[in-house]
Amino acid sequence: MNSKDAMLARIRRALVDVADEEVRVVRGYRGAEPSVADRVAVVGQFIDRVGEYKASVHFTTPRELPGVIAGLLAGTASSLIVPSGVPEGWLSHVDEDQIRTVADDPDHPLSPHQLAEFDAVLTGSTLGVALTGTIVLDGGPLSGRRSLTLVPDHHVCVIDEDKIVSTVPDAIAALDPMAPLTWISGPSATSDIELNRVEGVHGPRRLDVVVVGVG
Amino acid sequence: MQVDLGMPQLRQPDPLSTGVAFPEASIVALANGQLRENLARATATISAKRTQVVNEVDDWEELREAGSLIKADAMRRLPELLERLEASVTRAGGHVHWAADAEEANAIVLGLVRDTGSDQVVKVKSMATQEIGLNEALLAGGVRAIETDLAELIVQLADDRPSHILVPAIHRNRDEIREIFEKHLPGVDVSKLTNDPAALAAASRQYLRSIFLDAKVAVSGANFAVAESGTLVVVESEGNGRMCLTLPETLISVMGIEKVLPTWRDLEVFLQLLPRSSTGERMNPYTSMWTGTHDSDGPQNVHLVLIDNGRTKVLEDPEGRDALHCIRCSACLNVCPVYTRTGGHAYGSVYPGPIGAILTPQLTGYADAGDASSSLPFASTLCGACYDVCPVKIDIPSMLVHLRATAVEHRRGSGAAARAEGLAMKSTSWIMRSPRRFSLAQRLARLTVRIIGRGRLLSRLPIAKGWLASRDLPRLEQESRDR
Repeated sequence: MNSKDAMLARIRRALVDVADEEVRVVRGYRGAEPSVADRVAVVGQFIDRVGEYKASVHFTTPRELPGVIAGLLAGTASSLIVPSGVPEGWLSHVDEDQIRTVADDPDHPLSPHQLAEFDAVLTGSTLGVALTGTIVLDGGPLSGRRSLTLVPDHHVCVIDEDKIVSTVPDAIAALDPMAPLTWISGPSATSDIELNRVEGVHGPRRLDVVVVGVG
Repeated sequence: MQVDLGMPQLRQPDPLSTGVAFPEASIVALANGQLRENLARATATISAKRTQVVNEVDDWEELREAGSLIKADAMRRLPELLERLEASVTRAGGHVHWAADAEEANAIVLGLVRDTGSDQVVKVKSMATQEIGLNEALLAGGVRAIETDLAELIVQLADDRPSHILVPAIHRNRDEIREIFEKHLPGVDVSKLTNDPAALAAASRQYLRSIFLDAKVAVSGANFAVAESGTLVVVESEGNGRMCLTLPETLISVMGIEKVLPTWRDLEVFLQLLPRSSTGERMNPYTSMWTGTHDSDGPQNVHLVLIDNGRTKVLEDPEGRDALHCIRCSACLNVCPVYTRTGGHAYGSVYPGPIGAILTPQLTGYADAGDASSSLPFASTLCGACYDVCPVKIDIPSMLVHLRATAVEHRRGSGAAARAEGLAMKSTSWIMRSPRRFSLAQRLARLTVRIIGRGRLLSRLPIAKGWLASRDLPRLEQESRDR
């Protein structure tokens, strides 16, 4: 008998005493809600909570977005990588002479070492969670392959305000389980040394979140 | 004529038992002032943070209840869920392996690594891989495992044992860590290295960065696996998880069978319970979720190794099986009056503290009456703080009492100490059954105390030494004072 069959048989034998019992799961906690009740409050909470993680947060309009992006990159980055789905308009104010910009090609993905040569990465995101100050990337054209937001030291992440949901259950209900998801709540950190929290171990040490107001 | 006597095997230390019982091991730990200071400060800090973020949540008790029920449901339906998980992962392009014990799991992982031609793996912190002694087994097989979690790196470089589930190097302060890096971290400019935590973290970042960029094979654990979709979840803070889960070509995840969750929706409960209970944050910095392989993104050779290693033994005991609900948050460690004073090494297992006291002895079983594991359920004051903070409401105190009974059963019929204790219990119950005998015994006790005194002489008597070494007799009054 192989291990799988042996293990399953052992489990069944162990559970013989509760073979006919069913457990009814009671979900009395606040679950996913169909829509956001108070959008202004939710966006405000998102901005506050992301800010508490030592990520810098900016709120802007679609028209001013390219300028904000350019401002965040100017003087600190000389090379920028973007996922294939990032709108060209976002880069319209980025100084081409100062910053070399490359679009990631999923058919010819850059290697980790090649990615390490880039100072910064600019992406969109799939949604945000206000209660926990979290941004979720889904590996798609706007979020980019996962390694893009991992290797460069500076991540500029754009999120539309109507993609911000209130709670974790809201997020789980909206996300696709089959996508490669990365939940980001602030820059990387460790508390392993005397429980002293230190930011920026592996992964981008600088995270800029840009919330774009709708209309 | 030559006789082949065979090669003496170097016995690997057992991750679940050092063989030293808690009473002996704790004396050593308590004498270490540095350890006690580190522990006290660290556990008080995390506990306070935990309390603060939990108080923020209006539906915390409802979340705990749901978490507890989801886990109970998952255990009831474990065979069905594991098969569904296997089907989901396989459908998504991953490979699933089943390992009955540590030895088999290690052999599977070693084989998978060898198939890639690599002799080095990067590792994300995983309790399951510690439990099975994977690093040692890989090394014996010619494969070097590099820990990438800062605390695990510290423990590995110092050739130490982890002392906490979540912050394994909590027993080390910054000066000790600086010294460890100075001595063992390759390529570090020692003259510039201070004991400032930021500098130490930066040193580990520098050391590991090129290792990450070159890595071909990674080994991880998994906090959760969703049967419905085949999704695996890793919750972390530093980013080393993301590095290991995303950059290499091959990813091998080792996971205990009890970690499987029925549905995707169940994550909405545990992603709230775990971060607040473990690091005292609303959400940890990075959570990665992947399902089999993803086109042009991340490892294309993905494996899941499901391990039993005693979990089916735990399942057999209706009063003990809830220990399998544990999500490894370590909240119970941080509030335990015993753990916060002795630290994890005193428990002799990679699972210490309250959860360790109920899980370790069930995983190992008792080899004989003197088994060190059997001392663990007694390493408790039964104060119940662990039960209060457990995010999945494991009734640890009740299980400790239950496991003490099983330990006593095992000890019965062997050893003078066991017989003496049994005799003492029998004669005490004989005395207490009769009011006349009881009042006679009280008179005798008062007389005895008047004669031999309450303290020093008593502790020199060759009876009940462990008990009397740190206790005085009470003053026994003629009549009870409260009228």
